[in-house]
Amino acid sequence: MSNELSFSNEIANVMYATHGNPIKDCLQCGTCSGTCPAVEFMDHTPRAIIGLINAGYRDEVLASNTFWSCASCYHCTVRCPAGIDIADMMYALKRYSMWKGQHQEGLIGPVFAQSFVKMIVDSGRSFEPLLAPTYIFKHGPRGLVQEAQTATGLMLKGRLPLLPKKIKGLKKFQNMVRRIIPIGEPS
Amino acid sequence: MKQYAYYPGCSLESLATSYNLSTLEVAQTLGVDLKEIKDWNCCGATAYFPVDELLAHTLVARNLALAEKDGLSDFVAPCSACYKNAYFTNAYLKKDPDLAEHINYALEADNLHVNGTMKVRHLIEVFIEDVGLDEIEKKITHPLKGLRVAPYYGCQLLRPRKDQENVENPQFFESLLSALGAEPVDYPSKTRCCGGSLIITNRKAALDMVHILLQDAVNRKADVIATTCPMCNVNLEVYQGQVNREFGTQFAIPVMYFTQLMGVALGIKPEKLGIGKELVSGEPVLAFAY
Ligand code: SF4
Ligand code: SF4
Repeated sequence: MSNELSFSNEIANVMYATHGNPIKDCLQCGTCSGTCPAVEFMDHTPRAIIGLINAGYRDEVLASNTFWSCASCYHCTVRCPAGIDIADMMYALKRYSMWKGQHQEGLIGPVFAQSFVKMIVDSGRSFEPLLAPTYIFKHGPRGLVQEAQTATGLMLKGRLPLLPKKIKGLKKFQNMVRRIIPIGEPS
Repeated sequence: MKQYAYYPGCSLESLATSYNLSTLEVAQTLGVDLKEIKDWNCCGATAYFPVDELLAHTLVARNLALAEKDGLSDFVAPCSACYKNAYFTNAYLKKDPDLAEHINYALEADNLHVNGTMKVRHLIEVFIEDVGLDEIEKKITHPLKGLRVAPYYGCQLLRPRKDQENVENPQFFESLLSALGAEPVDYPSKTRCCGGSLIITNRKAALDMVHILLQDAVNRKADVIATTCPMCNVNLEVYQGQVNREFGTQFAIPVMYFTQLMGVALGIKPEKLGIGKELVSGEPVLAFAY
């Protein structure tokens, strides 16, 4: 019993600015699942995942692709009759599963999140083409052809610059980041 | 005259240069003085929050701090995701002294300090609220008469909810389009997410979401879809070809930034608005330019 409560509480603790545990207020009404534009691509609906969390099914939850399929659109959040910020909870589940190093095999989400952060820490800016290799690696030749067609089209229209920008005060920027997460010593 | 701290965001330097061009042109025509924040950094769109929430807020806060340092009080972003991030980090900074302290500890390493005193708005709000629809209407030289435009709000512009505003059926975008002389198209998915944040991590889901939106706009006989966000725009326009391949459809509906439509209606030359860079021809809109 104490275990069951603790998983739900643990997730609630990873959510921003929550007092107590809002997830436990879920009425299991299904409004979130009915609203969600990505529900077809989730192995558990948002309602079901909340049910599993509250019932303490930790491994099932972490093995699920539900929160990695969430588009962070907040549509469920604005409609939930219990006032649960479900989108924020999905973010919390992503963070939690990355911290624990426990997530479904073969997902691009965790790899992407890490490379995105690395890119920003390295340059201060994000640059779309740098993200492509991660994607291509995961999707194989067919994905590569499609991506290349799209990229070539953009290049011809002058919409893809050749080099990423960097911010000027990069060193100080990285010192700032270093106060929050370990990113290695300045070179 | 009032100056606005302008935060273009990363996409406006690469995939969405036409949004940046048209924003600056239209702002100038309407007398809105945008001052680009010096040495701003990427705010992370939707990609930091899965990793570290404090880092996510700090990166946003750095841009707010730079704007505060410039002595400005209005922060404006043309990207819906950047806007949502800036809006909420700014609000949390005011409400949550503990968070503010952590953020300021990190910012100190960059000789910065943030108070969370900015008034953060999306570009479309600044045009509607500060310039006003009447004023805009008065300046229209090339009304978009008969052009059927599907206003696409998407998600981060409206959600999460900030106050008591109507998030289910907003009308401000329609009103702006009417002021331009265009015919706003009513279609069910105007606030439905386009899947922009999933385009790399879950392509199948994202293409499916784009497909639904395009179909919806086409069913209601829209000539063009208007967007307020580079992520939505890229998703709906650049991936239209992939949707066609995936679903056997033949969509060829132009997707334009609302600023490009405003620019044409205000008589600004299409080249200056970045029109001509799109993968799906903007022909129906161009017809109004001359
Ligand atoms: S909408 Fe809210 S109360 Fe209803 S099932 Fe979803 S999370 Fe629970
Ligand atoms: S925020 Fe995520 S879970 Fe909620 S409706 Fe959007 S995609 Fe679905």
